[in-house]
Amino acid sequence: MRLPFTQTRLPVSAFIGLTLTGIFLFCAIFAQWIAPYPIDMAVGGVWEGPSEKYWLGTDTIGRDILSRLIYGGQITIFVALASSALAFSLGAFFGFFAAVNGGWIDQTLSRIVDLMMAIPSLIVALVMLSVLPLNLTVLILVIGVLDSTRVFRLSRAVAVDIAVMDYVEAAKLRGEGGRWVIFREILPNALSPLVAEFGLRFIFAVLFISTLSFLGLGVQPPLADWGGMVKENKDGLVYGKSAALVPAFAIAALAISVNLVADWVLTRTSSLKGGRGG
Amino acid sequence: MADDTLLDIRGLVIEATSYPPGEPPKEVTLVHGVDLKLQRGKVLGLIGESGAGKSTIGLSAMSYGRGGVRLTKGTIHLNGREIREATPRELRTLRGKEVTYVAQSAAAAFNPAKKLMEQLIETSLSHGVMTKSEAEARAVMLFKKLGLPNPETFGNRYPHQVSGGQLQRAMTAMALCPKPDLVIFDEPTTALDVTTQIDVLAAIKEAIRDTRVAALYITHDLAVVAQVADDIMVLRHGRMVEYGPTAQVIHEPRQDYTKALVSVRSLEHEEKAPAAPVLRVENVTARYRGTNFDVLKNINVDLAPGQTLAVVGESGSGKSTLARAITGLLPPTQGRISFAGRQLSRELKGRSKDDLREIQMIYQMADTAMNPRQTVGTIIGRPLEFYFGLRGKARDARVQDLLDQIEMGKGFADRYPAELSGGQKQRVCIARALAANPKMIICDEVTSALDPLVADGILKLLMALQAEAQVAYLFITHDLATVRAIADKIAVMYKGSVVRYGQKSDVLAPPFDDYTDLLLSSVPEMEIGWLERTIAHRKMESAGN
Repeated sequence: MRLPFTQTRLPVSAFIGLTLTGIFLFCAIFAQWIAPYPIDMAVGGVWEGPSEKYWLGTDTIGRDILSRLIYGGQITIFVALASSALAFSLGAFFGFFAAVNGGWIDQTLSRIVDLMMAIPSLIVALVMLSVLPLNLTVLILVIGVLDSTRVFRLSRAVAVDIAVMDYVEAAKLRGEGGRWVIFREILPNALSPLVAEFGLRFIFAVLFISTLSFLGLGVQPPLADWGGMVKENKDGLVYGKSAALVPAFAIAALAISVNLVADWVLTRTSSLKGGRGG
Repeated sequence: MADDTLLDIRGLVIEATSYPPGEPPKEVTLVHGVDLKLQRGKVLGLIGESGAGKSTIGLSAMSYGRGGVRLTKGTIHLNGREIREATPRELRTLRGKEVTYVAQSAAAAFNPAKKLMEQLIETSLSHGVMTKSEAEARAVMLFKKLGLPNPETFGNRYPHQVSGGQLQRAMTAMALCPKPDLVIFDEPTTALDVTTQIDVLAAIKEAIRDTRVAALYITHDLAVVAQVADDIMVLRHGRMVEYGPTAQVIHEPRQDYTKALVSVRSLEHEEKAPAAPVLRVENVTARYRGTNFDVLKNINVDLAPGQTLAVVGESGSGKSTLARAITGLLPPTQGRISFAGRQLSRELKGRSKDDLREIQMIYQMADTAMNPRQTVGTIIGRPLEFYFGLRGKARDARVQDLLDQIEMGKGFADRYPAELSGGQKQRVCIARALAANPKMIICDEVTSALDPLVADGILKLLMALQAEAQVAYLFITHDLATVRAIADKIAVMYKGSVVRYGQKSDVLAPPFDDYTDLLLSSVPEMEIGWLERTIAHRKMESAGN
């Protein structure tokens, strides 16, 4: 119970996932020191191929792609993390709240969430972002709120199962308030599936930001993010220049590596719950 | 090997890998070299507490190890051939044809989407033992033999359309249908009410006798096995303790452990004189929201300080609902509940902190009654903090006092529930209730998930604590032996009403009403021939049939 991760050796897939995720995070955090060139300086010719000077070549206006990739990673990962954290705080709190109280509170919250989920989130995001000022805070808020509906569903479902346990009833009979029940009785037991889900939601956030930036409503120039970089360089594809593929590949690699970690967490925690013979 | 030997197990060793929390996996031996021999048409009872290895041995008779369990040594001869090393193909032809299995929970073992008949004849058809019409005719014959209602059409029902006792009998019919040589009964009546158990038991016994099948009967209840088995093997921690004819094992046990099993419920309790009540339940009627029938009908009971009121009844009789009404979880629609001289609010919300503190509850499943992510220290310490504002050292000291009171030593405060045994878990739940310094504790089937000897320890502890702290117990149970051991007053519940109520000596003395008579007579006694005698003298059918 205390140390859920000490029982078996790390599987290969989890090792790969953890290593890659670690590298991405490291680059994102120390971007200023790692990147060979500033983010927004034209240092070479347009769409130069990879060379010793520019490892991954240059982009549509002659900026170093590797540097922009590293800085872009910083922004992409930061925005995705911040919006997932927001989505989880909101979604988990309301999900638990709905599960514990039940009745009309649960009904109201669940129907609001259903309503939000009934409209494709990309469309909602496009509408909201076209009327709101375009900056990182607004972007994080919009993605966080839209994603929180998914988290609400999951945490409500998990908490409904926990809320009927005798220990929760015992806490209610003791006279405990909602705060103790949610944060001390339910949350610690719901944490495992939520942690795994966090990995998945994080990836969706990365993809969502990239989509928005590709459409021009995400991270705005001169800042770079991976979706925006694909957009800037997509015309190069016509001339056989691979500049757009590099950030696209980075998005895919991040998604896969985080997914591997999430999978590992999920199998670890579910085998804990099931155990032998139940 | 003699001709009539069906099953011959020698030197069987069974191992498994266990995954203790926070430690590396390790190999454990579940069964240490057990020998047994079963003749055709005979019944061998395997008896022991949980973890004794009785189910594991039983399943080995079809060379099966459940969930990573490995049969590592010894020989298993069935019908004269060795099956421990048999190939999967050989095992497939053997299982379901020569050996069949009856599980504890029939409700979980049947496919809810298929009719009973379809499931019953499935093995007979897949093994090509008989044609469809032959199998159906045999199934109907078995239904008749097992005393199921409308045997001709019974198979057309779905599992949810029949009662638990009937489903268990249907499962027995399923096991007997392909004309096996051996049936493994794995606690077939444990999940049933006593009044239902007796019918199922009688049906199983008759079916075994008429079809001349051999059986391994696995149970933890010596009195049950005494009714059906020819021989009994007592197991403990994967080792054979005693093995002999039924009469010898129950009347002249040779080993100390068997003696303890036979004489369990040694607890004697002197009934206390009636006194002014601390809890008074008057004309309480209650129903669940959205339903249109009362689950509690006009209940009147009361309980004196420092005494025990036992509420007895079958599942569905409303005894746990009564506890919910008293605690405020299910507000009664009529009537009132007063406690320590003041009237309690119907709803949980309307009750003061003292109201809540003075009525504590202990649950049947200690596993689910404790938060798995909290340490024992937190679990017991929280009521101290919440009701009395104790913190830091004062709280830790009181937690240790309580742990001493429940006879658990130092070092337990830092453990998690998963690191405790079943009995220890229930003790921690008792300590949590005591921490609130209550006037009354509601004990909801607190011993029914425990092994008999462990349960006995818990009851003794509860009685000692009552004498010490003058706490009253509302003791909900279906087990009449427990009631005899601890109660001062008894309320017998049936279909939401109290049908008999009074001091223990009055309730347990004749003349009885029909239901109490049925309930009392259905408790298996450790005596050969009890089953037939009881069935012959019954006045009333059980509700579960």
